[in-house]
Amino acid sequence: MTTPESPQQQPQALQAPQPQQAYAQAGAPVGAPMGAPMAPPPAAPAPPSAWEQAMANAYTSPIPVRKTHLGNALASEWTKIKSVRSTMWTLGIFLALVIGIGLLAAANTTPENYSDMPFTVPAFFGLMLGQICLITLGVLVTSSEYGTGMIRTTFTASPQRYRVLTAKIVVFFVTAFVVSAGSILLVGLVTSSMNSGPGSGDVPWAGTVLKGGLYVSLLGVLALAVGSMLRHSAGAITAMLGVVLVPAILPAFLMIWESTQSLAEKMSDYNAINSLAKIFGADGIDGSGGTSQLVVLVVVTLVAIAGAYALLEKRDV
Amino acid sequence: MIEAVGLTKRYGAKTAVYNLSFQVRPGTVTGFLGPNGSGKSTTMRMILGLDTPTTGQVTIGGYPYRKLPNAPRQVGALLDAKAVHGGRHARNHLLCLAQLSGIPARRVDEVLGVVGLQDVAKKRSKGFSLGMGQRLGIAAALLGDPQVLLFDEPVNGLDPEGILWVRNLMKSLAAEGRTVFVSSHLMSEMALTAEHLIVIGRGQLLADMSVRDFISHNSADFARVRTPDTEPQQREKLTAALTEAGGQVLPEPDGALRVTGLPLPRISDLAHGADVRLWELSPHQASLEEAYMRMTQGAVDYRSTVDQRTASSS
Repeated sequence: MTTPESPQQQPQALQAPQPQQAYAQAGAPVGAPMGAPMAPPPAAPAPPSAWEQAMANAYTSPIPVRKTHLGNALASEWTKIKSVRSTMWTLGIFLALVIGIGLLAAANTTPENYSDMPFTVPAFFGLMLGQICLITLGVLVTSSEYGTGMIRTTFTASPQRYRVLTAKIVVFFVTAFVVSAGSILLVGLVTSSMNSGPGSGDVPWAGTVLKGGLYVSLLGVLALAVGSMLRHSAGAITAMLGVVLVPAILPAFLMIWESTQSLAEKMSDYNAINSLAKIFGADGIDGSGGTSQLVVLVVVTLVAIAGAYALLEKRDV
Repeated sequence: MIEAVGLTKRYGAKTAVYNLSFQVRPGTVTGFLGPNGSGKSTTMRMILGLDTPTTGQVTIGGYPYRKLPNAPRQVGALLDAKAVHGGRHARNHLLCLAQLSGIPARRVDEVLGVVGLQDVAKKRSKGFSLGMGQRLGIAAALLGDPQVLLFDEPVNGLDPEGILWVRNLMKSLAAEGRTVFVSSHLMSEMALTAEHLIVIGRGQLLADMSVRDFISHNSADFARVRTPDTEPQQREKLTAALTEAGGQVLPEPDGALRVTGLPLPRISDLAHGADVRLWELSPHQASLEEAYMRMTQGAVDYRSTVDQRTASSS
């Protein structure tokens, strides 16, 4: 398709007199431009009285118009997230992985194992894989709307775009946190009942339920923000897999050179898998409980959310 | 009321819409016509605040769309029937839209009834035909019982009964005092539905007038004249006489002449003067479609060419 450089040139092309048009223009002076340049009348196309009449008879709905608020968007997003199969699939697989692998691991432990580690450690093994499910769901919450075109319908129904994104973040985060913390708690309870014995259960584990749930839920929110920025499901999921896997794999190479060793150490300290291990005290040494890892993820997620908001308001959909 | 002032949208080097100004008033169906790629959908998206104009502005009832306090209660739109999440069933799709603007859930069942989808309300929209998708889109537009309605190609994929239904729906919505703005390629449909037309080509306003004015301003009215087939020299004689009198004469494939620029009685007089007998002298009124084609022929971006292979074999 070609467009003339200056749009002003176009009317001339349209005005080229066409022979067949003469019939209607029989009385018009020869050579006058015909047909095309129906320039908009400077005034309203209908007499003012007709306009006023039309405006006075304009329809008003009998249903009262109320101002909308975040609560409306939250209700809407809750309906959305629970009415698609991808939610059931991703959360179902997440639960199967965390509880299934967790109970399998718990069955192969003895009470003595829990003298220096919390009862929730079996859940950690499932979470390493299960976090991918929450990342996928987080991405789909935003990017599936772009993929299907639903986003135009959504933003027509709520031109307050920031409100829609806020509702998505809140609904997804609460859902992900309830599911993940709930499944960690379940694994912890079952493990503790299977392994009650002298010396076991000295390590407090309530914190690991909250922090573990928080960590994977935040990863999901990060994925949601990335999905909103990239607007493409496959692209955003790939990007998030990179965020999770690259810092876990790259340190092995970076350790080769002396100059990149400190970077390698930071990466291996703060990658998603090691962060979870620290939160669950699975490596047995670090007593920090992964708080600094959690803080890093919070900061990264907030930056991504800020980016998503900024792009959301600016871009066309 | 929709009011656009100097609306311009550029995508990089391409100008999709240029300096477009128009008003759409309540109480009538206003048709929005233009060839493919002329900027209709871009204009619709700008009205709905989905795309930001490069310059100019468009308001609904005095507000830019994104500043409306509760937009879906004042403006309903069908942009693209496929703009739904196919995995969600029809009722939930409408429910999440209703909740977004605080519309009670029973209104969802009402509009499902209005568009005739109540039986498939619990079916996932992925399996919907194009026509069912259009009905779902129309249901979404009607959800907020809005004063202003925008429909982009609403009859796409509908069966004849559906087309009739949409036509009557548009007219009754307008009769209630609503502003109805409909884009379409189907001229015959627009001629039956719309009272007022806004025509654009290559992103610029070509016409803003009533359907009747549009046809008479752009009419391709002509006279069809046929001389006896047995005497070709009579045809040449008449052609010369008519051309001399200021008419334009085009031979038609079947041997008739298409005459423009001369009223019928004058053609008859000239034929009589030239001593030519006529087998046919008939007036031809332009349809909206013909008028539209004439107006937009200079503004068509995608023009088809003849496929040499099929042309030679046929």
